[in-house]
Amino acid sequence: MGAIDFAKLPHIGEPLRRKEDYRFLTGAGQYTDDIQLQGMKHAVFVRSPHAHAAIRSINKTAALAAPGVVGIFDGQDVANDKVAGLPCGWLITSTDGQPMKEPPHPFLAQGKVRYVGDHVAIVVADTVENAKNAAELVEVDYEPLPAVVDVRDAPKGTALHDVAPDNHCYKWAIGDKAAVDATFAKAAHVTKIDLVNNRLAPNPIEPRAAIGSYNRANDEYTLYVANQNPHVERLLMTAFVLGLPEHKVRVIAPDVGGGFGAKIFLYAEDVAVTWASKKLNTAIKWTCERGEAFLCDAHGRDHVTHAEMAMDKDGKFLGFRVHTDANLGAYLSTFSTAVPTILYATLLAGQYTTPQVYVEVDAWFTNTSPVDAYRGAGRPEATYLLERIVSRAAWEMNLSQDEIRRRNFITQFPYQTPVALQYDTGDFHACMNKATELADVAGFAKRREASKAKGLLRGIGYSSYIEACGLAPSNLAGALGARAGLFECGEVRVHPTGSVTVFTGSHSHGQGHETTFAQVVASRLGLDPSQVDIVHGDTGRVPFGMGTYGSRSISVGGAAIMRALDKIEAKAKKIAAHLMEASDADIEFANGEFSVKGTDKKIPFGQVALTAYVPHNYPLDKLEPGLNETAFYDPTNFTFPGGTYICEVEVNPQTGETRVDRFTAVDDFGTIINPMIVEGQVHGGLVQGIGQALLEHCVYDRETGQLVTGSFMDYAMPRADDVPSFTLGHVCTPCTTNPLGTKGCGEAGAIGSPPAVINAVLDALAPLGVKDIDMPATPSRVWQAIQSAKQ
Amino acid sequence: MPVELKVNGRAVTVDAAPNTLLVHALREHLRLTGTHVGCDTAQCGACTVHLDGKAIKSCNVLLAQVAGREVTTIEGMAAADGTMHPMQAAFKECHGLQCGFCTPGMVMSAVDLCQRHPGANEAQIREQLEGNLCRCTGYHNIVKAVQQGAAGMK
Repeated sequence: MGAIDFAKLPHIGEPLRRKEDYRFLTGAGQYTDDIQLQGMKHAVFVRSPHAHAAIRSINKTAALAAPGVVGIFDGQDVANDKVAGLPCGWLITSTDGQPMKEPPHPFLAQGKVRYVGDHVAIVVADTVENAKNAAELVEVDYEPLPAVVDVRDAPKGTALHDVAPDNHCYKWAIGDKAAVDATFAKAAHVTKIDLVNNRLAPNPIEPRAAIGSYNRANDEYTLYVANQNPHVERLLMTAFVLGLPEHKVRVIAPDVGGGFGAKIFLYAEDVAVTWASKKLNTAIKWTCERGEAFLCDAHGRDHVTHAEMAMDKDGKFLGFRVHTDANLGAYLSTFSTAVPTILYATLLAGQYTTPQVYVEVDAWFTNTSPVDAYRGAGRPEATYLLERIVSRAAWEMNLSQDEIRRRNFITQFPYQTPVALQYDTGDFHACMNKATELADVAGFAKRREASKAKGLLRGIGYSSYIEACGLAPSNLAGALGARAGLFECGEVRVHPTGSVTVFTGSHSHGQGHETTFAQVVASRLGLDPSQVDIVHGDTGRVPFGMGTYGSRSISVGGAAIMRALDKIEAKAKKIAAHLMEASDADIEFANGEFSVKGTDKKIPFGQVALTAYVPHNYPLDKLEPGLNETAFYDPTNFTFPGGTYICEVEVNPQTGETRVDRFTAVDDFGTIINPMIVEGQVHGGLVQGIGQALLEHCVYDRETGQLVTGSFMDYAMPRADDVPSFTLGHVCTPCTTNPLGTKGCGEAGAIGSPPAVINAVLDALAPLGVKDIDMPATPSRVWQAIQSAKQ
Repeated sequence: MPVELKVNGRAVTVDAAPNTLLVHALREHLRLTGTHVGCDTAQCGACTVHLDGKAIKSCNVLLAQVAGREVTTIEGMAAADGTMHPMQAAFKECHGLQCGFCTPGMVMSAVDLCQRHPGANEAQIREQLEGNLCRCTGYHNIVKAVQQGAAGMK
């Protein structure tokens, strides 16, 4: 079935209330830490207090004698077992043709610790408290080394890894440098920008947790883990680290309390509890404390960038050149290397016809937590850079923020950008027009006057983003360095009485798949959504899966389910043809009924389902009984959500305090299956983006490498009174490359919003002469910028 | 150290170490795992329960401090037949939850908020919810849910 027909089905576009809500609202959700296994022990990790140090010795004697302790293991024990380190899933090749520097990443430190929080030993005891007490008794003799935390210091810092003596992981580039340089030679105006994309802590409210459980009787492992992609977790852990046969390991990601990227990756703790569970022949639970999460969950962003845009005299973009230094942290996390390259630089054409774009990226090791994908992963960094420089160009060219964008919008599709991507569809003018109307831009001047009367400065900021979702065609990703496939799997099991269970490789950790996917299946089969259940998050029940990240679930996971439904429908038509004594080609299926073309003969879906399992009157010579189909779907292209966001802020010039007063988001997500869920995704993304713009910042001390923002008391998470209610709108140009027409909505809000907020702040401060500010635009930074501009 | 208290209308005795926090007594000893732990500094509010009808953070109270008192957790909010409390129903109707992890604490805070400020406007609701972090919803639909739940509780 194609996207146009799909969008017309019943239940598509309906704001169905969620099937999963009752269990969450009554306290019946089952998150990893809620699970209690028989005889389970508890693990605590000894972590490095130093940003960089050699380990001279570890003495476990006193700790092993402490009450309740059943085992303590360190890096030497791991080395003795000849267990490998954590793998990186994406190989980047440097401009000189050499592979990136890929240092070992042992799951318990061997010889050296490289960031505060690095894993030194796992202590297993009968209770968490006893494990904590024993961990205090593990004596580690450290020889501190100088630490480097800022990418700008990395080249001259003490080397973290022998394979990278200058702390350089790779230099990567995309685009035609000579062609870009040539556009600058003929430019009427060049706009330049230097900016920092601030390091963030993802902070899902459920901290990570893992329970490793070994069963000696069957030589089988079960790992319960707060994770976004259990099959990927299993594949990486078994094939690359522990060398276990995959069929002997079951990974279950039960209810998961938010992910935002941080729960994609294979972490040291997950591997350690699994490995130790066999050594001690017991189940072992580890639950992360928030303080630990700040130290050792992969962080996001952390770029330092210089960029230049060449324009003609009318503000038409001619060429865009960019240099970015990306901080990868102390080790290469699972997808870390793809984020500042493949997922960043390829988006730097944005919504614009800029004919030439050249991007160069240097990636560095530092003594900080590994940096990896966080909601948006590379696309927020691209959007922030591009939309900041576009608004700055507008101000320098004396154009309005919307006019410069309109002059450069792509209008013909498909559109091949100069940085590899081909956009299939979009309508950027329609998004701009709708946003302008919903934001009441016409009333801005009046609102600005009203603010002024209160002594406040009001500004308006624009951001027109595009992003790439639905990662990706596997062969293309492979050519770009991916070390895994990027398809998705779906199994549709029709039961004899006509109800359906779907097994999907996508994973829901807040996205509401149990509802949205049920809508898709119910719509296709003419059922009520209550007759369809969705199973996810268990390698023991779901055939295979690549999981949920990059806003891929509906466009890739949903498409796999659509393919399985195609197979179900094709087989069911043959059964129906047999029952109605017609030819297969004459059978039509609509609204849950099979009919014979040109006749009034028809039978319901349920009757066909029953016949498939009670095949008395059945073409057994030509057709197998049963109605259960599995499909794997590999996308042919990314999907390209896009939109325009308009933000209005009020700044108090006396205190530097910024308040987001109005925020309008118009998105083109293609076909929308459940608008209530889609809007919820946008709301959440917007607040994470506003958080990045005004509040959030992971700060390491530049001298000592200590994490300064290590708790919710130091790291400013957005709270209910930090943000307004939002005005949302939609434009729909259905995606042309998947059978649903969907584009994905999970990250857009976090991608599009930061530049809209900062552009609004700069617009507000323009009368005072402030031209630049970095995120987060805290009251102190704003006040400082105002004072500096006065001098 | 045995401590007697009432949890969700039922008299219980919990025998736990003297330094046991209420949240751990609920989760580990009584297996009421709807009350969650999201931080270690009493900032996130995921562990919010009612103590004698008022919202408190159960990570910040010792079990010993609640001897003889009445605790209500998210498991005690629905009616005996499973019908949700008007605030729970409003969260579902308004899509005021996504991953569900902050939700129990958010609902417990919201009920208390509406008991104290039955006519709270949006700004007041936002201010009153300051003690509960949500990373998924952006608060937009939580605010709507609290308004609708407040109407349902009248």
